[in-house]
Amino acid sequence: MAGKSEPISGEHIAIHPKAGQIQLALLVLALAVAVLAPQFLYPIFLMKLLAFALFASAFNLLLGYTGLLSFGHATFFGGAAYFTAHAVKIWGWSPEAGLLLGVLGAAALGLVMGAIAIRRQGIYFAMITLALSQMFFFFCLQASFTHGEDGIQSVPRGHLFGVIDLNDTMNMYYFVLAVFVLGLVVIWRFVNSPFGMILKSIRENEQRAVSLGYSVARYKLGAFVMSAALAGLAGGLKALIFQFATLTDVAWQMSGEVILMTLLGGIGTLAGPIFGAGLVVTLQNYLATSDFPVTIITGIVFMVCVLLFRRGLVGEFFASKLGRRLGFRAQS
Amino acid sequence: MTMIFGIPLQALMGQLLVGLINGSFYALLSLGLAVIFGLLRVINFAHGAQYMLGAFVALLLLTVGGINYWFALILAPLIVGLFAAAIERSMLSRLYKLDPLYGLLFTFGLALAIEGTFRYFYGASGKPYAAPPQLSGAVNLGFMFLPIYRGWVVVASLAVCIAVWLLIEKTKLGAYLRAATENPVLVQAFGVNVPLLLTLTYALGAGLAAFAGVLAAPIYQVSPLMGSNLIIIVFAVVVVGGMGSILGAIVTGYLLGVVEGLTKVFYPEASNIVIFVIMAIVLILRPAGLFGKEA
Repeated sequence: MAGKSEPISGEHIAIHPKAGQIQLALLVLALAVAVLAPQFLYPIFLMKLLAFALFASAFNLLLGYTGLLSFGHATFFGGAAYFTAHAVKIWGWSPEAGLLLGVLGAAALGLVMGAIAIRRQGIYFAMITLALSQMFFFFCLQASFTHGEDGIQSVPRGHLFGVIDLNDTMNMYYFVLAVFVLGLVVIWRFVNSPFGMILKSIRENEQRAVSLGYSVARYKLGAFVMSAALAGLAGGLKALIFQFATLTDVAWQMSGEVILMTLLGGIGTLAGPIFGAGLVVTLQNYLATSDFPVTIITGIVFMVCVLLFRRGLVGEFFASKLGRRLGFRAQS
Repeated sequence: MTMIFGIPLQALMGQLLVGLINGSFYALLSLGLAVIFGLLRVINFAHGAQYMLGAFVALLLLTVGGINYWFALILAPLIVGLFAAAIERSMLSRLYKLDPLYGLLFTFGLALAIEGTFRYFYGASGKPYAAPPQLSGAVNLGFMFLPIYRGWVVVASLAVCIAVWLLIEKTKLGAYLRAATENPVLVQAFGVNVPLLLTLTYALGAGLAAFAGVLAAPIYQVSPLMGSNLIIIVFAVVVVGGMGSILGAIVTGYLLGVVEGLTKVFYPEASNIVIFVIMAIVLILRPAGLFGKEA
């Protein structure tokens, strides 16, 4: 959906000669902000933000670069949270091993859900992923290892590689930041690989990709599993950060949230989901103290986004004169 | 006591009835979804919220206006239909030119906003809504007690489903509707006001959901979130039935309701997920759905 973007109107705008350097400078600046941020802001909040930014980026890998709208990504996020929490707490695994199990478990779930869902396209795909994810929710509600309504609580963070104590908040923060950056690099590599190019061609014109001899179903499934695995990485992180895994993580509202983050920030841009996640998490934090339900705001933001700026905030910036002058492209 | 497959007959019939009741709601809701989708190409995620609105309007009519169940059964769908028509005119109609996924996302946001608003003002807990005195009590059928209201729900929903089916298949308006589904541009060229037809269709679908909501109010209580889990099941029902067929949506609704009821008897642990499992199996064997045409 995102791929068939509206054409950017207006005359051709020459890219600024130093656009490349400016982009690099912006990236360095962003990293510097991320490194220094815990000095000024509450680290748990920042870690939550990073985990959700990674989740939204993983989701965007599927929606933005393959054109598949999954309404079931909570399954991978929440499922991985359960796997990681269980491995670390009950089996006494190290945090990195627990995370790895979360990623693998999410990938396995993604393989099953993807194999069923890619049999239909478009809105059917969205409805099927939603239904399958609801099924997983009921499974988690009844399964014993998830502890039903209580969830898995007081999950130990443990020692990274047996050395670094993650109970120290700063250690934990930089660990989360490192995993986040690693996840984004993987996404960036994936999107710009030959595999990613073929995904974009499927998004733009599926029939043509078929006629060129690509096995479209396999590429879609590959992207789905990749996205699920990265969403699992975010979910596993979430379990370690908050030290619990609950039904909230696998509920459909979570799938809706990640769609909103991506839509609000900008579908099909690397920075969009990060900004979107930042905004939504900040909003939730802000409203958490009042009794005003977040869903009203969320719902209205959804409607406004769809009606008025479908490119999202970052996408609109990229499409603006300044954005284009700096060499950004609204759609890659 | 009579036993069937080692299950007391009474328990079996009881769950069968529960299944039929649930099936009635699945059928009414998936019918509305199918009618809307057929013409607007929009998956109406707000369908569950409109179902909830129907129940709430009935409750408010009673508590604020003193208007009884029978009038609410007619008024609530009209009010919700009007509300839906306003939404369609002012906002949803701007999205028809775009990818259908935007319609899904818009109505999803709409559902969140409506449900959030009602939760803010009325709290999350359910409020009782008494069945009308004419329909309270139960009759003894010999093998089981049938609460009259539950029997009424099955009869009423069946009647409405058949009426809508007749409206679409046998009337002039229905013919326009079917023609516009096939080729809106051509129908417009013949002088039919297609945008109005789209608005009416959305209002009709929302009205059906509201009707189901009023029917449900005395059984499930009235709560802001009563529609949000239901809508996901209805999505699965629609996927199983295949969206193309009105009759398919109705039949699949009742069928899956009964299957779910029977699962509660024979394997209760799976009763929550049986519809989703069936959906997965149907997708593997027949991706277009039971009544769908291959796209």
